[in-house]
Order: sequence, then C-alpha cells, then structure tokens
Amino acid sequence: MSRQSVAKAHQKIQELSWEPAYHEPVSHYGTDYTFQKAKKRDPLKQVLRSYFPMQEEKDHRVYGASDGAIRGNMFRQVQERWLEWQKLFLSIIPLPEISAARAMPLLFRTVPNPELHNGQAIQMIDEVRHSTIQQNLKRLYMNNYIDPAGFNSSLRNFQNDYCGTIGRQFAEGFITGDAITAASIYLTIVAETAFTNTLFVAMPAEAAANGDYLLPTVFHSVQSDESRHISNGYATLLMALSDEGNHQLLERDLRYAWWNNHRVVDAAIGTFIEYGTKDRRKERESYAEMWRRWIYDDYYRSYLVPLEKYGLTIPHDLIEESWNQIWNKGYVHEVAQFFATGWLANYWRIDPMTDEDFEWFEYKYPGWYDKYGKWWENYSRLSVPNGHNPIALEDVDYVYPHRCWTCMVPCLVREDMVTEKVDGQWRTYCHEACRWTDAEAFRPTYQGRQTPNMGQLIGSREWETLYHGWNWADIVSDMGFVRDDGKTLVAQPHLDLNPKKMWTLDHLRRCPPLQSPNVLLNEMTDAERAAFQADYNRQGPAGRPAPATGS
Amino acid sequence: MPASEAKKGNEQMTTTQEPQQRSVPKPVFTDAEAGAREFPDSNARRFNYFTPKKRKQSHYEDVTVEVQPDPRHYLAQGWLYGFADGKGGYPLDWTALKAWGSDRPEPRRGPGSGGQGYEWPAHGWHEFRDPNEEWELTLYRYNSNVVRQLNQNIDAARQAKAFEQWNPNWVQFVAQHLGAWMHVDHGLGLYLFANANRRAPTNMHNNAISVNSMHRIRAAQDLALYNFTLSEEIEGFDGAAHLQTWKSDPAWQGVRETAEQLTGIWDWCEAVFAANVVFEPLVGELFRSHLVQQAAPANGDFVTPTLVGAEEFDFAERDLRYTKPMFELLVNDKEFGTHNTELMQSWLQNWVPRCIAAARTLQPLWSQPDAKPRRFEDGLDRAKSRFSVILSDLGLQTPKELNQ
Repeated sequence: MSRQSVAKAHQKIQELSWEPAYHEPVSHYGTDYTFQKAKKRDPLKQVLRSYFPMQEEKDHRVYGASDGAIRGNMFRQVQERWLEWQKLFLSIIPLPEISAARAMPLLFRTVPNPELHNGQAIQMIDEVRHSTIQQNLKRLYMNNYIDPAGFNSSLRNFQNDYCGTIGRQFAEGFITGDAITAASIYLTIVAETAFTNTLFVAMPAEAAANGDYLLPTVFHSVQSDESRHISNGYATLLMALSDEGNHQLLERDLRYAWWNNHRVVDAAIGTFIEYGTKDRRKERESYAEMWRRWIYDDYYRSYLVPLEKYGLTIPHDLIEESWNQIWNKGYVHEVAQFFATGWLANYWRIDPMTDEDFEWFEYKYPGWYDKYGKWWENYSRLSVPNGHNPIALEDVDYVYPHRCWTCMVPCLVREDMVTEKVDGQWRTYCHEACRWTDAEAFRPTYQGRQTPNMGQLIGSREWETLYHGWNWADIVSDMGFVRDDGKTLVAQPHLDLNPKKMWTLDHLRRCPPLQSPNVLLNEMTDAERAAFQADYNRQGPAGRPAPATGS
Repeated sequence: MPASEAKKGNEQMTTTQEPQQRSVPKPVFTDAEAGAREFPDSNARRFNYFTPKKRKQSHYEDVTVEVQPDPRHYLAQGWLYGFADGKGGYPLDWTALKAWGSDRPEPRRGPGSGGQGYEWPAHGWHEFRDPNEEWELTLYRYNSNVVRQLNQNIDAARQAKAFEQWNPNWVQFVAQHLGAWMHVDHGLGLYLFANANRRAPTNMHNNAISVNSMHRIRAAQDLALYNFTLSEEIEGFDGAAHLQTWKSDPAWQGVRETAEQLTGIWDWCEAVFAANVVFEPLVGELFRSHLVQQAAPANGDFVTPTLVGAEEFDFAERDLRYTKPMFELLVNDKEFGTHNTELMQSWLQNWVPRCIAAARTLQPLWSQPDAKPRRFEDGLDRAKSRFSVILSDLGLQTPKELNQ
C-alpha cells in the first residue's frame, strides 16, 4: 500500500466512530485530569490492512533468525555471564508488556478522542505481540542454553522473588490508579519514551557483544513498535496540557514516573549491561555513557524540554539528581553489589568479577576499585562453598540494607535514606523523592487538591518481612529455587556447573535466620530509631559500616 | 586477466591504506549449549510452574500461562499498586460469575508468613485454554492471510470490472446497509472487547479477548476500505451514505441501540457473553449469512460475500470457538455451576429480547435488493436454531423470550 493510499485509508477509517445516541460505553476507570473534546489526530496513522502484513513480515525475520541461531550453534559462543542475567530480565519483561496491553482501555473513556482510540487499540495488540514473543525467546533459551534452571521456573520465580517485585512496578504502574497517571504519563510518556531506549536498544547491543544475537533480533523488532506508542503518549499529553487545571497533576505525575522509572530500570538494566558483560573493550560505552546519550540527550533535552513552551513543568532537579546518582553516587554499582550479596535468594548465577573487569570499571568509573574492588574480591573468594556462609552472612564490611518502601530497591546510597511513619508504620525510603511518592503523591489529596482517583501503594512491600525469623534453606525452598535433585540451588555465586562446587540447601541450613529490617525498625524506640538512621546515613559507599565516631 | 588490468590492480593494492583497526567484540567459544554438561536440572527443559491441559505443554501455553500473576497462586508480596479503592491487579469480582476456589481469601502476608499461595491452578479460572491457541505468531499469520486474500479478491474484481454487473439497488444496499454494519464491528471491537482485555483474571482470557477485539476492528476497517474502493470504482456510489443510515435509518436504530447497550455492560463476562453468545448469532449472523450472503450473488455481486465471509469465519470459527469453552467451564464449575448457570440464564432473559427486537427492526432490509434473499422469517428461524444449538452445547436452556 503506498504512503498516499495509507493516508487516504486512514482518513476513511475515521468514519467508523460514532457518538452514542442511546447508551454511553461503560466507564470503569477514573481520572482527576480533565479533557475537552478536541480534534487531535491519531499519530499512528495505522490501518490494519497494512499493519498485519507488516507485523507478519517482522515475525518472519525474527523466527528466521531464531532458526538460524539454533542451526548455527549460537549457544557455543554465548557468554554464560550474560545469559544468566536474562533469567531475571526475561522473567520480568513479559508482564510489563502485557500490562501495557491491558492499560489501553484505561484511556478509552478518559481521553475523549475516538481518533486516538484507534492507535491505542493497535498498541494493545502490539503489546500482546511483545509479551508472547519474549516468552518465546525465553523458551528458546531454556531449550538450548546449557543451564535451563531459572528459565524453567521463570514466572514462579518472578512472582516470588524480591527482584521480580521491583520489576513488577514497571507493569502494575501502568494498569491501576488514576487512568492518565498510569496509562499515559507513567507508561507512554516516561517508560516507553525514555526508558525503552536503554531496555530495547542499549541492552540488545550488549547481548550481541556477548554472542547472543537473538535478544537484539527480538527486541529491535519490539522497539520498532515502541516508536509508534510514543506518538500515542505525545498526543494525549498535548490534550492534557491544553487544560490549565491539569498542569499541577502533570507535574506530580512526571516527578513520580520519572523517579520510579529511574530507580527501577536503571537498577536492573544498568546491572545487566555493566556486570553481565564480558566485553571489556575500553571503547564500548558504559551504562552511564549510554544513559547520557539515550536518556539525558535524546529524551530529556530533545523531547521533554521543548514541552516547556506548552506549559509543562519538567522535573529538571530529579533528572539531574538521577544523573548524580548514576555518575557520582554509584547507583548501578551499589545495586549490582546488592544483587550479588543476595545471590542466594535469586534464581540465576552471578559470575565473579575478574581483574579485567576491575580494569574496565576503573577506566570508566575512576575510583571504582577503591569503593567496590575489595568487596568483589571477597565475592570471588567466597563463591565456592568451603565451610563458610554465603557472602551476605560473612564479615566483608557490608551492612545489609533496608528496603525502600516505594521503589523496593534497597536504600543503597546510604546518605540519602529517609524514614517516615506513614499509615501507622515506620518506613524507610531510598531517597526523598520516594518518600514524597508514598507520603504525598499517592494520596486522595495533593497539595490541598482533591485527587480521589489517585492510586495507592499496596502489598507486602518489604520482601524480608515474609521470611522474618526463617532459616535460609526454608526460604529458598518456599520460593522454589531448588534444582531437580531436591537440594542444589538454582542460584550460584559463580558459573561452575560442577555439582561439587554448587551450593545446596545443606549449606544454607547452617546459616543464621533472616531478620526483616523493617520489622526490626518498627520494634525500635524513638531514640533507637534516630540513632539507627544517623548511623545508616553515615554508611557506605559499597555498603561499608559507618566509620567509628570521631574517626 | 589482461596484464594492464593486473598491473592496475596491483597498483591499487599497493596504494590502499590500511583501514584503522576497528574495535569490535571478539567471538569466544564458550560451549554453553544444551547438553554440554550433566548437572542438576541440566535436562529440565520445560516450564514447571503450571500443569498443562493435555499430557504435554503446548507452545501456546508456554507463551501465555502465568504471565498475568494471581495472588492466590504465587505472587508472594501481593499486588503492589491499587486503584483508589485499594484493589489491585485483576479483581475476581469484576464479574458476577465465579469459578471454583475464587471465594477463598487471598493469602494474608505478614512477618514470618512465608510466600506460599494455593496449589496450581489456585482456582478454576486458570483452567481455561483458548482452543485457537492464539499468540502473536498465530494472530498475525491469520489476519495477514485474511487481509491479503481480501485485497486480492477486490483487485481481481476491479480488473474484471465486476462491479459493473451489480444491480443498481444492490449498489445502494451495499453503500447504506453493508456500510452501516462497519459501525457495529468498530464499536464492539473497541469499547466492548478491547475494553474487556483489562478485566479478566487470567492471561488466557485476556489474550483471547484482545484477539477477538482485533478481529472486529479489522472487519470494520475491511468494510470501510471496501466502501472507499467502491466509491472510486462505481459511479454514483455514495461512500458517506452509511453514516446517515447508521445515524437515522429506523431499520438500524434497534441494532445501534443494542450495540451501544452492549458497550455499556459493566461485568466483563456478561459483555462477552451477550456479544458472542447472543448478539452475534441472533443479529450478526442473521445480517451477514442470512441477508448479505444470500442476496449478493443474485444481484451480481461475488465480491462482498468474500469480505463478509471472512468476518463470519472470524466469529464462527475463532471467536465463538474460544467463547464456548470459556463459559462451558463456568457452567460445569464444580463449586459454582448452579450459580453461574442461573446468572447466564438471567443474562439470556435480558439480552435475547433486545437482540430479537434489534433483528426485527432490520426486517425492511430484506425487501430492498432487486433479487430477494430468502424470507426474513426463514433467516431468523435459522439464526434462532443455530443460537439454540449454541445454548445446548453450553448446557443452557433456550429462554422463552426467543419466541418473540
């Protein structure tokens, strides 16, 4: 179909919608935003007559490459360090994708523009595509990669594990609460427009460098749809901006969505790219460099800043603070270190870092070795069971962190941790912006304004609470992260598949019980809690205990 | 090679600059393929978190089951984000129908509770499998085949000047009445089916419903673009006539009112049931199979039946095909079968009269083509008969309202 005929065809299908004369469609979802009916063009200009064959052609390429990878023995060249992290990533990502499909109806009744609904329906089925094509990739990995453990139990793992819970925000944030906050600002304006660049472009490049060309094949195919979704979000945003009364809510939602995406996506993807790779060429971009290019320059400066002229208040301070966290406060390194500390509660294997890795980190992040080098040397030393406990339970100058109640990533930049009693419970937050999200933004009033449609943060948000007082062997069994011999753990702090070098439930049985930091916090007196916070804020970097007073 | 050319080639070789060394990742032999070593789990190559419906897991199940979590099963920490009323995820009470186990409370979590939920499948909703086994590969393949075939049919007809053979009244019929049907497809596709894809408690339901939605939206666009082609091919074809017909032709107001009422249903199960079990057999198939398909050939039109036939296949062989097992499970539910059956019967009491009334308002259409189709009452009888068989397959009683 020629471009011109697509335009004409698209014009024709605008005749399909009609104003109800007898009954209004059901209204399931609410918003505190207000919209005037406005002629806003469907930016996708997509007609199904050309859309379906286009997607089928993309499928041919993806599945052709999949066959080629198997026939060409791709897995003889895949780095296990890399593919192990895919056990986490591919357990998470199909849910955000399908949640994006489920999110589209939130906009039907809240955004009164039938022309946009066409684009939203196409996004819906795109997202079904993404979710199932990613599940299929994971299935292929499970069938063809040396170690299927963790892939084979993927969705159970994801739904039980604290890392999965962190990732789940990236899905649940799309489908609940205020319809515009969720399905427009959080999903399309921030998650898709900003962070799919690192998810679906930067990360696949790293996969290819580690011998895996299937991840780029699938995810670039996915990303080619994302660019259309970005247009959906933009059209809705411009409609929202045209009403002055929405500006306060837009400011709130951009702050929440930006900060939460930064906390969640940068934690995960930053770790995969920096600690999941064996490609240590000095010329290859670090995550910080990618972030600067894809998110700071392409999204912030080229997309967000120009919207200021339409009256959008942009959270410049939080964007700069995110960069500060990544570049100056070692956010990604702190997260990777925590994932490795907690390896025993995971469902993938984490390779120790080597001298070559140290050299690359020092080159890309000057000062890295002084902060993190010693700890990673200890990680290597303690990776094979030899009468000692997992590193989390050994004395390696690391204080087990508290969780952030909002983003659920632990409070790793210790100086930023804040506490507040919210809904009758003392909670820790990794940063003031996360405290604000829980205590101020997700509330039925915001700065004196009634926001009855705003969602709530719910659930058992501190994972350790569930296992307070439990033995580690029982915890791992309860989560189901055990291999088919009934005792060897799925997770390992090394890549050696020699059963004699793998950790088992027997090794965990002798460890001390897990204590929930939040349960303990709530048992403290006011004075104890104040002392705890003062001490915590003096800890780090790299989780080091606070220096002795006066030192 | 002539000597002069060889010399030229050598000269080029001697003058070629060495390219700058490129920085590229080096391939490394890792031997990380399946079977390279034996160790615990080395042969455990199937998803182990659900029980397949048949002996072996299907590809469809592997890419679908458990993607949408359920706090009664895994999901140790529960839903993390809620609506303003505190409900998160996919509440089971978004429909009044119930599946076994769905009245059990969600496991409560607290200090030391652990993370265990109920055993798979936790409750009866998880037992549903789409018999079409739709996932991305199948849905794009199917719909691409449809649009390609329709394009070819229309192109062939255009080249054969087939539209010139249409009776003049039939031209007007297609412009007005076939055109009006596109609005039904569009409205239900977007505001009933796409809307319902947020509502069901499992991924199996919601994916099937979203594919259903795309069938309807595609069918609407098929008709709209066909209308566009006819505007270009048939002199005097009024491409905008369908708008007025849909808006104000009394023959269509019953269908329009019913379609709008369908999009207003709150309960997602009732919406899918009313649309696919009641409205489509009694109104959709009546219009498509017992009017358009019957009348078109005698009026010189062999093209329209291919479009309408594609939509008929969508419904009869795909959408109804998933709808029946979806509701059959609920009718036969070991805990709530009676409750569900009574509820579905009450839905039938509400929706059958509305749909019969909508069908009857269409009756004037039967007399409009020059070459008449079979009588309206014959068509309606066949539609009713088909509807009764669907109900019988589901184990439901034919409501007395069908006789209206």
